[in-house]
Amino acid sequence: MSVLTTQTPAAADAWTAVCPSALLAAERGTAALLPGGEQAAVFRTAAGELYAVSNIDPFTGAAVIARGITGDRAGEPTVASPLLKHVFSLRTGLPLDGEGPGLATYPVRERDGQVEVGTADGTADGTGGGRL
Amino acid sequence: MARLIVIGNGMAGHRLVDTLTRADTGRAWQVTVIGEEPRPAYDRVALSSYFDGASEDDLLLGDLSDRADQRLAERVRAIDRERRTVTTDAGTTLGYDALVLATGSTPFIPPVPGADLPGCHPYRTIEDLEAITASARGAATGAVIGGGLLGLEAANALRLLGLDTHVVELAGHLMPAQVDQGAGALLARMVADLGVTAHTGTATSAVTAGPDGRASGLDLGDKVLPADVVVFSAGIRPRDDLARRAGLELGPRGGAAVDDACRTSDPHIYAVGECASHDGTVYGLVAPANAMADTAADRLLGGTASFTGADTSTKLKLMGVDVASFGDAHGRSEPGALDVVVNDAASRRYAKLVVSDDATRLLGGVLVGDASAYGTLRALVGRELPGDPLELISPASSGAGAGAAALPEDAQICSCNAVTKGDIGAAIGEGACDVPGLKKATCAGTSCGSCVPMLKTLLADAGVEQSKALCEHFAHSRADLMEIVRATGTTTFSELIARHGTGRGCDVCKPAVASILASLGNGHILAGEQAGLQDTNDHFLANMQRNGTYSVVPRIPGGEITPERLIVIGEVAREFGLYTKITGAQRIDLLGARVEQLPAVWARLVDAGFESGHAYGKALRTVKSCVGSTWCRYGVQDSVTMAIDLELRYRGLRSPHKLKGAVSGCARECAEARGKDFGVIATDKGWNLYVGGNGGFTPRHAELLASDLDSATLVRYLDRFLMYYIRTADRLQRTAAWIESLDGGLERLREVVVDDALGIAADLEADMAAHIDGYADEWRGVLEDPDKLARFVSFANAPDTPDPTISFDTVRDQPVPSAPVPLGMPRPANAAPAATAVEA
Ligand SMILES: Cc1cc2nc3c(=O)[nH]c(=O)nc-3n(C[C@H](O)[C@H](O)[C@H](O)COP(=O)(O)OP(=O)(O)OC[C@H]3O[C@@H](n4cnc5c(N)ncnc54)[C@H](O)[C@@H]3O)c2cc1C
Ligand code: SF4
Repeated sequence: MSVLTTQTPAAADAWTAVCPSALLAAERGTAALLPGGEQAAVFRTAAGELYAVSNIDPFTGAAVIARGITGDRAGEPTVASPLLKHVFSLRTGLPLDGEGPGLATYPVRERDGQVEVGTADGTADGTGGGRL
Repeated sequence: MARLIVIGNGMAGHRLVDTLTRADTGRAWQVTVIGEEPRPAYDRVALSSYFDGASEDDLLLGDLSDRADQRLAERVRAIDRERRTVTTDAGTTLGYDALVLATGSTPFIPPVPGADLPGCHPYRTIEDLEAITASARGAATGAVIGGGLLGLEAANALRLLGLDTHVVELAGHLMPAQVDQGAGALLARMVADLGVTAHTGTATSAVTAGPDGRASGLDLGDKVLPADVVVFSAGIRPRDDLARRAGLELGPRGGAAVDDACRTSDPHIYAVGECASHDGTVYGLVAPANAMADTAADRLLGGTASFTGADTSTKLKLMGVDVASFGDAHGRSEPGALDVVVNDAASRRYAKLVVSDDATRLLGGVLVGDASAYGTLRALVGRELPGDPLELISPASSGAGAGAAALPEDAQICSCNAVTKGDIGAAIGEGACDVPGLKKATCAGTSCGSCVPMLKTLLADAGVEQSKALCEHFAHSRADLMEIVRATGTTTFSELIARHGTGRGCDVCKPAVASILASLGNGHILAGEQAGLQDTNDHFLANMQRNGTYSVVPRIPGGEITPERLIVIGEVAREFGLYTKITGAQRIDLLGARVEQLPAVWARLVDAGFESGHAYGKALRTVKSCVGSTWCRYGVQDSVTMAIDLELRYRGLRSPHKLKGAVSGCARECAEARGKDFGVIATDKGWNLYVGGNGGFTPRHAELLASDLDSATLVRYLDRFLMYYIRTADRLQRTAAWIESLDGGLERLREVVVDDALGIAADLEADMAAHIDGYADEWRGVLEDPDKLARFVSFANAPDTPDPTISFDTVRDQPVPSAPVPLGMPRPANAAPAATAVEA
């Protein structure tokens, strides 16, 4: 079985601007292209928390996570892949419907009115997601 | 292995072989079934559903071909008891060690002149029904001779075939075998409401012939009743000719006489079903036939089972009228038996209980119009009454006095499968928590289904609550939320979840609420907060495909399209490198558009006059049509115009699940309307409306809701049907499952839609009118609004860069998604985006 890291990455070597803060609507994802060709799905919950996970649905290989529906499972913020409806934690990237691959997570922050996603040497943090 | 031969592959023969081969684990018997009919055994009880659209396959009973040697379309001519052989009309002679007669019965055709004219039919086999259908073609009038249970079923069939239908009954009232005079009179009034005229106390002296030599009418002595089709349903005669010629003892009214072991006077020969006479009685019902088959099977395996007579209680729904009789309905079993009667002709309700002379024990009864108390009352037969008998059948307390709680533990709840209240209680104790669970654990409710309401009551009495919660965020069902939204005028999800739910929502409740808000007409589905609720398909007004691209399906109402528009679709597909395919719903699917291409694709389509086809939504999809009377030589109505009118009327209508419709121009049904949620089929006089069909995982044929409607009435009924569905169905519940879930099923639906039993018809029509007024093309709405357009980008920080994971291969000259990337191995980031190659 996959072993997945569960902590949100803290540090990043580089930050990529996604969009102006005002354009990141609550409870709806946005896709961002990262240096090196990776893709992140960035979300803001209704409570104002920011999350970024890999945009690639590990079950289908399609870049669609940003177009999933957000919500919560007993308080845990979630996104459901629009293709086969697998639900992932936005916080940890872990799949919430049993075992299986999860999503890599990225550091995300707001700076100078911009939403930014961080990458460590061009790779997503965590061993998770589509990578195993 | 010993050789067993079963003569007759009907219901009793099938049951016997099924029971025997299941229990015969030691393989004691090698079984051969010889059946005269050309097909495997089918459910004769459900025969009339053929006219409601059941196919031959729907009627077939379980396949036994791997457990018994079946010889179909072969008739046994003679039995040689000395040699123990049977000879068939194919000239084959087969030896047996044991023989079972299961030859059933033949319809009795009264010996009146003209009974053998073309156009006269019995009503017993699939072939009979096919022949009746053929005779009804081009006919205007029909008559059934015999007003019993079967006769009324046959009358309904003629009615469904569009004939002006009459029933002629010799006795003084309808269904004389089951019900009394009072109930019969009410029945006559109720079938008259449906357009069937009953002539009781009337004898037929001849069938008259028309100039073409076919049946043309019934001579009733004082008058001639016109009848192009005549169906005989005047009782049955056991098929005992084989038994008679073999010298077996017969019963007083025919039938091979059998003892409690179902054995005839020859110990090697058994008889079961309608060809057997037990204690002088020939039963004409399936439950006793099954019980006899089970008994004989057990005896053949060395058991000691006995058949000692059968309960002839029946409950049925005839032309929408509930009729039930149970126990001793005529008060003949005990001297001094008393009748307790409630006869409310105004509200079309009749109930009679037969009780012992001291009014303490229930002997039997009859219910017409409302048979909801049947389950409890039947279980009380032969027992002490729990209270005042009148209480049990007065409408106010219907069922209340006779509540399930009043029943003793050993009362039979399901008499088809002999399941007692105690058995049900035990199953609930072991964890059965819903009706399917009880069915699985006890078999109760798996045959005629009339005990299902009792099962629900018992579950409720046991305190088992069936959760209707949508998800962890709402404890309500979709229908409840619909009512809340309607009643409170709520227009946003956040308001609804704050006041009536918990948490932030999920991919179950958000789209469900979005659909409710859209059904109630809250503007563009991508306006404001609503946008965030939509499923991804609704969010981008297109269907997401496996590689993250979308399909584009413009509306082509009724499947009719001009060459000009057809060319536009071709040009758009060519320009954007899209894969094209004709769909099953008579339109064209353009696949492979990337999210950022959608506005440009749609700009072209909207320009050419196309609108969104809502292929992405839980909404009305299409109304398919055949070419109808405009072109087709068989067509009797203009199906294309009707389909287009309906599609334009209901376009954009959001619903609990997708909705499909179709219109056929005649009964040949080329548009496959009965496979749709609503199907309209033209008749000489107007339109027949069918509802509740679907294809997919569990295909279903739509059932007839109303017939011979003029166009305006058709549209009115459809408005009501669709809105009632939208208001009350569960999330992702298609019309078929929804109708099934209504208490009273299709009949209940008919009461609401046709008879306006809830008094909400005007309200439903007003809701639909509001939908039609508020309709606007969703794609035009997006193209005209920069805010909505803003979301159609690949990346927020690189809006014009195509998603690098999307690439296409070429198959048969068209682009298709490249084979999926192996799990966990995203395409190298610097790989050339092949999608551009397609566009080039
Ligand atoms: C339209 C209709 C509706 C009904 N509705 C109900 C209902 O609601 N409730 C209810 O309880 N009952 C109902 N019945 C009655 C029920 O169908 C019968 O009681 C049941 O079918 C009896 O089973 P059986 O096997 O005895 O006879 P059948 O089912 O008639 O089977 C006898 C078979 O034997 C074959 N056969 C006869 N002679 C030979 C031969 N010499 N060689 C080879 N094969 C032979 C026949 O072709 C036939 O296939 C209905 C019947 C009809 C026609
Ligand atoms: S359903 Fe009837 S009218 Fe329509 S195409 Fe078929 S035969 Fe012709």
